[in-house]
Amino acid sequence: MAVRRFDIDAGGDTFAFKPETEPKIEFWLAKYPADKKRSGVIPLLWLAQKDNDGWLSEPAMREVADRLEMPYIRVYEVATFYTMFRLQPVGRYHVQLCGTTPCMLRGANDLKEVCESKIGPKMFVTDDGKLSWEEVECLGACVNAPMVQINDDYFEDLTEESFGELIDRLRNGADVSPGPQVDRVNSAPIGGTTVLTDETLFDGSLAKSITLPNLPGALAAAEAEPEAKALPEKKPATNTDREEAKPSGKTGSKNKEADE
Amino acid sequence: MADDLFKLNVDGQDIEVPKSYTLMQACEEAGAEIPRFCYHERLSVAGNCRMCLVQWVGAPKPIASCAQTVGEMRMNPDGTPPNIITRGDYVEKARKGVMEFLLINHPLDCPICDQGGECDLQDQAVAYGRAGSRYELNKRAVEDKNMGPLVKTIMTRCIQCTRCVRFAAEVAGVEEIGMISRGENAEITTYLEESLTSELSGNVIDLCPVGALTSKPYAFNARPWELRKTESIDVMDAMGAGIRVDAKGDAVMRILPVLNEEVNEEWLSDKSRFIWDGLQRQRLDKPYIREGGKLRAATWGEAFEATKAALAKPAEKIGVVAGDLIEVEQAKAALDLFRALGVQNTDCRPGGASYGADGVRERYILNPTLMGAEEADALLLIGVNPRVEAAVWNARIRKAWLWNDLTVGVIGEASDLTYDYTHLGEGPDVLNSLSSSDEAFVEALRNAERPMIVIGEGALSRGDGAAVLAKAHDFALEVGAVTEDWAGFGVLHSAAGRVGALDVGFVPGEGGADTAGILGGDMETVVLLGADEADLSGLEASTVIYIGHHGDAGAAKADIILPCAAYTEMVATYVNTEGRVQMTRRAVQPKGEAREGWAIFRALSDVLGKALPYDTAEALRDVLRGEEGSVFSGLGYAPGASGAEALKAAIEQDGEVSSAPFGSTIDDFYLTNPVARASKTMAECSRQQRALETPIAAE
Repeated sequence: MAVRRFDIDAGGDTFAFKPETEPKIEFWLAKYPADKKRSGVIPLLWLAQKDNDGWLSEPAMREVADRLEMPYIRVYEVATFYTMFRLQPVGRYHVQLCGTTPCMLRGANDLKEVCESKIGPKMFVTDDGKLSWEEVECLGACVNAPMVQINDDYFEDLTEESFGELIDRLRNGADVSPGPQVDRVNSAPIGGTTVLTDETLFDGSLAKSITLPNLPGALAAAEAEPEAKALPEKKPATNTDREEAKPSGKTGSKNKEADE
Repeated sequence: MADDLFKLNVDGQDIEVPKSYTLMQACEEAGAEIPRFCYHERLSVAGNCRMCLVQWVGAPKPIASCAQTVGEMRMNPDGTPPNIITRGDYVEKARKGVMEFLLINHPLDCPICDQGGECDLQDQAVAYGRAGSRYELNKRAVEDKNMGPLVKTIMTRCIQCTRCVRFAAEVAGVEEIGMISRGENAEITTYLEESLTSELSGNVIDLCPVGALTSKPYAFNARPWELRKTESIDVMDAMGAGIRVDAKGDAVMRILPVLNEEVNEEWLSDKSRFIWDGLQRQRLDKPYIREGGKLRAATWGEAFEATKAALAKPAEKIGVVAGDLIEVEQAKAALDLFRALGVQNTDCRPGGASYGADGVRERYILNPTLMGAEEADALLLIGVNPRVEAAVWNARIRKAWLWNDLTVGVIGEASDLTYDYTHLGEGPDVLNSLSSSDEAFVEALRNAERPMIVIGEGALSRGDGAAVLAKAHDFALEVGAVTEDWAGFGVLHSAAGRVGALDVGFVPGEGGADTAGILGGDMETVVLLGADEADLSGLEASTVIYIGHHGDAGAAKADIILPCAAYTEMVATYVNTEGRVQMTRRAVQPKGEAREGWAIFRALSDVLGKALPYDTAEALRDVLRGEEGSVFSGLGYAPGASGAEALKAAIEQDGEVSSAPFGSTIDDFYLTNPVARASKTMAECSRQQRALETPIAAE
């Protein structure tokens, strides 16, 4: 990490949030009391970076400071502290290449060479303004190493060839699909699953009705003809179901207290 | 009470300290010395230098004593008080480790560093540093930053203690310094290297424990051990801050603050601190006489003869105006001499204020005292901008606003004071409606246990000044600002010499003219005692005798110039705005043939045949002190609440107040007196500030 400074020249004089960003700003500011607005500095800087072609210019930072009524230097401190706030221009596709140990062991250094030959030095923006790259620390996708993040998407299981092709497609404006670039679903084994392949495990055919032996009438139940052979019709409870169930329970207990 | 105390065992010694103490304070209470860089008792605790490590027996690691509150510590397992060890191998090893890390990136440039000889890092490295370095990689280098014309930065020396950051944010109230980036790349800077805009910015130089922030004007001028250090009193504003004048040869090399808890704590305004180059420039070092329209150097004898001739006029055609920097001795000697000549046209209020004429001292001093701002719960400022008129006091108001919930109201210019206030209005007409106002601040003032009302030069130096003073006083009585133990009404002066001159009675005598009358052009001879701040344009026809130390507005008008000593060159008495009598000390000799002001009048009195009854400054001061109930009998003491009795009577004053808004008497903080106007440093500061204030290309 080198000394981080604003690219003053590239930043111009003005910055304005896009109209569609305003609701997002409201959303974030609503989380904090009016006199502690400055707590929203990181989300707002992040939104400003999104609205400013992926980097944070000096006017953009001032805009955030003005909105939060913070001294500029306090926002400047935050913006320079976090390396995910980029203080100089980046390409339309900004490649964040993971160089931490697992990715490095799986060939990140080769990817770096691809970047250097196809894009240029770190944080260099290609003449067409489409590409730039930097090395970052672990992005938490070690199981799919080596990987890069391009704008908001992960591209995983890269090789020199597939990565080079990816960069070419981005440069030429062709479609790319995020995720593993090999025959693999998310972090499942390459080439498909090798265990738990038995279909019957998943179609419910192995389900049996269970009897609890020491319930009253257990014996009778055991003798009775099983009613269901497959999964019950009822859908499994979702988060919302559980949450909705809560308030009624609460009022119930309250009434109970009141009764007592 | 015992609940608030906590027992500790420090180095085998049992002590009991308040629970709110930090462990560092407790250790110092026990007599242990704790090294530190980031900790400062007037700033918040950062705990980031780790130099203050001590051992807490039983704790797994050394403890940073500055960040550990005593009340949060727990007892030993057997219930005995915690044992703290501040020396020995364990602590020493820990601190040596910290010091080694601090020194990894610190340059070895002490021989060319201005902090050398008074550097905390240097001193502590003697105790905790290693003889050699084990670090084999490249040291880090940091770009130097611009912080304005006063603070020089050599940022490679910075150890990131963040004292300057905390000072700017907490005390000065301008959040302009910050630490950017992180880890090894962390740097202290102002936002995009803009200059600091605080009047207190020079204090970061004192705070910096290393040589990263040093004084720009003083750079490479002197070494601390070759300077003569003289403790004295500052006269750049009416606070009378304690200063230490460091001199080499016949030149003042720098001025530093001296701790005076009741006046300036340990801060000093930039004007007071960096004025010293003005003491070497534009000096009047010999008497001058105007001949054929041009001033020529003369001997004292010639000058006295010319003066004698100029004063051989009818007494009612002679006027004397004392300026802002006049010391008590000169005022007394001048007043005695001119009264002996029958001159009644004497005034020490070149701004045109009318306070002090009735001789009631409580009506022209700051009765609630500067420190009173911390006891008050509501403060009303009338026609006063403390940020420029008493910058260090402004920091104290800010402190009270920050920590004591002081509420502040302002009548006058709405400027940035570094704290929030209620702006009640611009001019004195607001005073008429205050009694019936239902403004929340006025309500707070009424309900306040200790309301404080301060009126300034801006409200008093105008035609309706006397009426404004009376109205403000009435309002102070109405809100109960004057009780047995609280005198909550006072005047904040902006000139160091004013209160002292008023105390010796330097006001128009029986039937005498005031400043406006003297400078109006009716006088045949006008004597200016360093009065440069007044409107001197009416003096074309008069013979002007100027007694002062700098060639400024007054000297330009003068027909006879009698050079006197400046405040660093004499033992002199000044009375600050609170009525606190303080003495300056002589740090250097007066320039050339200049003499102390009182001595000029003593010599002149012989020439005029009206010999004054004192031959030495000490004899003069004996006369001052000898008078019944003399205010000069005690040094360093502010009367404060003892003035409450005299304040209880309302001021009898008729006359209406106008609705013209209060203006400030100071349009440029950096150029308020002849010394400042002679200073290159102040000129540079003023230029920078004006550039900031001028809007760029208004469209």
